Amino acid sequence: MKLLTSPAPHIRTADSTADVMLDVLIALSPAVAAATYFFGLQAFILSIAGMISAELIEFFIMRVLRKDKNFVPNGSAAVTGLLLALNVSVATPWWVLLIGVLFAIAIVKHAFGGLGQNIFNPALAARIFLLVSFPTAMTTWYPPIGKFFGTYADIQTTATPLAVLKLEGFNSAMQKFTYTDLLFGNIGGCIGETSALLLIIGFLYLVLRGRIKIVIPATYLGTVFAISSIMYLVNPEKFGTPLFHLLAGGMMLGALFMATDMVTSPMTLKGQAIFGVGCGLITMLIRYFGGYPEGVSLSILLMNAFVPIIDRYTQPKIFGRRKS
Amino acid sequence: MGMLTFKRFRGGVHPPEKKLTSSEPIKVAPLPDKVIVYMQQHAGAPAKPVVEEGQQVKTGQLVGEAQGPISAYVHSPVTGKVIAVTKVSSSVHGTMVEAVVIERTGEDQWELLPKIDFERATKEELIDHVRLAGIVGLGGAMFPTHVKLNPPKPVDTLILNGAECEPYLTIDHRIMLEKADEIILGVEIVKKILNVKKVYIGIETNKRDAIELLTKKWKSSVEVVPLPTRYPMGAEKQLIKFITGREVPSGGLPADVGVLVQNVGTVLAIKEAVIDRKPLVERGMTLTGEGVKKRGNWWIRIGAPISWVIEELGGGFVDGYEEIKVLMGGPMTGIPISSLDTPVLKGNNGITVIPEQKRNSTNCIRCSYCVQVCPMNLQPYLLDLLARKKKYDDAAEIGLLDCIECGSCSYICPANVEHVKSIKLAKKVYRSLRGGKR
Ligand code: SF4
Ligand code: SF4
Repeated sequence: MKLLTSPAPHIRTADSTADVMLDVLIALSPAVAAATYFFGLQAFILSIAGMISAELIEFFIMRVLRKDKNFVPNGSAAVTGLLLALNVSVATPWWVLLIGVLFAIAIVKHAFGGLGQNIFNPALAARIFLLVSFPTAMTTWYPPIGKFFGTYADIQTTATPLAVLKLEGFNSAMQKFTYTDLLFGNIGGCIGETSALLLIIGFLYLVLRGRIKIVIPATYLGTVFAISSIMYLVNPEKFGTPLFHLLAGGMMLGALFMATDMVTSPMTLKGQAIFGVGCGLITMLIRYFGGYPEGVSLSILLMNAFVPIIDRYTQPKIFGRRKS
Repeated sequence: MGMLTFKRFRGGVHPPEKKLTSSEPIKVAPLPDKVIVYMQQHAGAPAKPVVEEGQQVKTGQLVGEAQGPISAYVHSPVTGKVIAVTKVSSSVHGTMVEAVVIERTGEDQWELLPKIDFERATKEELIDHVRLAGIVGLGGAMFPTHVKLNPPKPVDTLILNGAECEPYLTIDHRIMLEKADEIILGVEIVKKILNVKKVYIGIETNKRDAIELLTKKWKSSVEVVPLPTRYPMGAEKQLIKFITGREVPSGGLPADVGVLVQNVGTVLAIKEAVIDRKPLVERGMTLTGEGVKKRGNWWIRIGAPISWVIEELGGGFVDGYEEIKVLMGGPMTGIPISSLDTPVLKGNNGITVIPEQKRNSTNCIRCSYCVQVCPMNLQPYLLDLLARKKKYDDAAEIGLLDCIECGSCSYICPANVEHVKSIKLAKKVYRSLRGGKR
């Protein structure tokens, strides 16, 4: 009988990194379903392509470049690939998405050290990268045509609700989109920015599974609600309603799935609160006063940069020590 | 958990309890034919052998003399002949230790401790008697009890630890059920030594029968406190905080907040030393785990080789395993032994035989689970990182030495980061770099 001496504790939860990633993918699947319903097969293809290409690129990096013979895919790349796909327009050419995935996995994730080591959310950083490199493809929005095999060549492009608010004011935005449209996803925008409701359902699954740093979305959305309530009182036509801001654009996708990315968000509860409030503040500043109608991605990326400092200065009082 | 619980016990985990042997009465194990008696079965300086090869010894006869103030006497667990006084490699200590090997020649002939009249003895006489009996903390820490009973500061509260929060182990549970009348005598002795008025016993709610029995039997002399079944509820600092609300300061002792904690088995050993004049040569132990054929609770002689324990008491390993883990203690903090020649030690509350669980490890994914479960409110992921980068001073600043090595962090970690392993190593290095301070 061989006696094993691996270190204590000798029992572990059966949980694994792959299980965590699988749960995130499961939680995003309602949003993929909604996107497919509204934008057709192309949205589904982009989502799957994002996942597979990300896993392949990571596999190559780990096995060939890093010479890790024991590397087994854990799904973290697939999460990044899917999140990026959900963050582009349905009209994005597949090769543009591929460049984005390559940037996300090779540069943002692995050049920073790989799994768990990156400072910035890879999907968001890649989104900004694509926005700068392919501004037209990344800002051409189509209305949901509801045709499964539809192509977009002959379809009239549309504006996103936030862009309408910025350019034409709130009344005009509400003539084009109802709250029901926003909630159920009948709007133009990124693939994953359609149905706030289905994003929330996926999010609740993560909450149930204990996979989410719940303080972040709570403080993020809370801050957005508070600020937009105040600004609504100042000038409703210019600034829109709180509900509009919560449902429009990348708010739900960002607050529920991007800001809560485990790797790039703070570890302590206090830190998560600071992070969430920071994201909310910056998002609204950009939405109100920035040159670009949407501020979710940038605000989260900006707050990502502060995570190491936040983690450092928000460590709670250690048992038996005096509050310092 | 209610609000009060939340305030008084933070974090922790709830591993499967697997108390496979909780309804098995403690049986008296047969006497082993050979015992290996380590001179180091306690925290502090090793004892020095005082017997020679070839010498006849009786059960209870002194074989190792304590060296210095923090050390403990060691006695022969059987009647027989010393066949060797030698150094053996101990997989528990990770070094060579001195041991007296005794071959049993027959039934017990006792050499008892000197008589002591508990009613009339002074506090000092009682402590000295405990010292002569070689009693150490039986919950696993093996700190010499006579030192613990003489705290540097006055204490007003005695807490009996009946939490037994480690999965699998059931010996404390059984002792409470079967030896309630004896333990209360031990409590009287400790009360007299410490001159304390208030005595509590903390028991996890998964041992309802013990809670009920002791509440009924002990009436108002000891306050029975049901504890949430949550690991590591039985860790000294967590237990004190939950029961009294007092927080042992970082780097301090329970006496700093006026408390002394004793494991129920230790209190029983104190009673046996003072009333029955028996030194510590036998203890209660759970033999358990999926890897051993027969599981049970035993009164077993210290020094019995674990190979003998598994064969004689356990009926051998369960067939079909090619590799297995034999743990001294339970699955959360137990020490895996690398040789079955290792003997039962004074602090050995259980032997757990379990198959190895597969560990799929990746880098830390910063899920923060470890931060949420750490009962000391530490940042386990960061301690692990700093420890592996050899940044010991930075690690110490964020609580390296406050870690109680409970293992909750590694238990919960989806990435299977080995926090406890790196923390233990870092503590060792840090202490030696700092010249052994703290
Ligand atoms: S539980 Fe493991 S993966 Fe999660 S933060 Fe802690 S060390 Fe990292
Ligand atoms: S860091 Fe130490 S005290 Fe905290 S959970 Fe891990 S082992 Fe327990």
